[in-house]
Amino acid sequence: MGLAKRIIPCLDVAEGRVVKGVQFEGLRDAGDPVEAARRYNQAGADELTFLDISASHEGRETMLHVVEAVAAEVFIPLTVGGGIRTLADVRRLLHAGADKVSINTAAVHHPERIKEMSDAVGSQCIVVAIDARRVSAEDEPPRWEIFTHGGRNPTGLDAIRWARHMADLGAGELLVTSMDRDGMQQGFDLELTRAISDVVPIPVIASGGVGNLEHLAEGILDGHADAVLAASIFHFGTHSISEAKAVMARAGIEVRD
Amino acid sequence: MQIAVVDYGMGNLRSVVKAIEHVAPSDAHVVLTDAPEVILNSEKVVFPGQGAAAQCMAKLEERQLPEALREAARTRPFLGICMGMQVLLDRSEENDGVDLLGWFPGQVKRFEPGDAHLKVPQMGWNQLHQAHEHPLFDGIRQDARFYFVHSYYCEPTDPSQSVATATYGQTYCAALADDFVFAIQAHPEKSADDGLTLLANFTRWSGPRS
Repeated sequence: MGLAKRIIPCLDVAEGRVVKGVQFEGLRDAGDPVEAARRYNQAGADELTFLDISASHEGRETMLHVVEAVAAEVFIPLTVGGGIRTLADVRRLLHAGADKVSINTAAVHHPERIKEMSDAVGSQCIVVAIDARRVSAEDEPPRWEIFTHGGRNPTGLDAIRWARHMADLGAGELLVTSMDRDGMQQGFDLELTRAISDVVPIPVIASGGVGNLEHLAEGILDGHADAVLAASIFHFGTHSISEAKAVMARAGIEVRD
Repeated sequence: MQIAVVDYGMGNLRSVVKAIEHVAPSDAHVVLTDAPEVILNSEKVVFPGQGAAAQCMAKLEERQLPEALREAARTRPFLGICMGMQVLLDRSEENDGVDLLGWFPGQVKRFEPGDAHLKVPQMGWNQLHQAHEHPLFDGIRQDARFYFVHSYYCEPTDPSQSVATATYGQTYCAALADDFVFAIQAHPEKSADDGLTLLANFTRWSGPRS
């Protein structure tokens, strides 16, 4: 017995409201991120991730208040991502009560900031989000490239080398999302997850493509991930966190009861 | 009752303060402070911390805190969390070697798991195995899971001071205790109900029975 693999629900938040809502029995307000966080904590989520997709400056200010409110009553680790560019942004979120921040586009444009951020606040607070697409042809060895802007903009960066570079610069954890699989509900890109997890010394969170609970177990067993992140299968009430843990436990994965 | 949370510039303490406020008796008053006189004026002291050992020691010395902390820990309940546990030992391997506060004989070493699947830092929920009874464990079941984030671990010279262990590639000391001091490697403020129970127990603990 030892460290448990983690299940991390991810909530998209825009202008301080949960996008698309979260379906829990008896939930008063499906758009309230604090209530959603409280319910996920009660349901046994191991961590929570909030992705701020606010388009406006005001929306991001609102996010700070959301983080403060969640951190005041939900006592499990909280990661916040979305639009974080500078060390000042990182400090504001950590000060509001986030435990980790997830850096995406800023890492691509200014990789040196990952070192600056991790030196300043500690590696354990810095998650680098890696959005990748498979760019190799069918008959070639697999190759993935980093994309930004929701998978639209190619960067020319090789995803595996990039992952290693981010770990070298001081990332404490990597959130690996397959942009090919995201929203498809057909499972993670296990080859991608495994290729990255096997070459970095830091924990990897698999993301993008979960459609059923077996996919979560595959992410750990075949993708070699340390944690799995999912959104829609939990939010729409299709499956609960405890069902997910039961499926993982039956597959021989150590989970937190 | 005043509970001092020592703020010496090593990380976000909001969660620690909020979690203690959440569980403390209604007459408790939590203050975030780096002032030796405020610490010595408090009935209980919480000493959190995250980040690197060398920086942590530098910031403690900058604020002339080591002496006040030592005095506080001799005379009232004192809770070390994460880096606030590690710095209580003699010396750490981190940052090419750092002398620590030296309250507990022993060393702080880096995880070197032989198994490539064990990542460093260890990040997540591991089991806290209670090796000895302690009032802070009241109501927490054996091997309950707590949230850990660390790359280095404590190796006290006197195994009887290790009141809990965890296993990550190897079994290591996850909590230390001695008279008024209880120190834990995990983050009780991030460990859901069991973590809150431990913090609640601390706010009600008056130290060793004389």
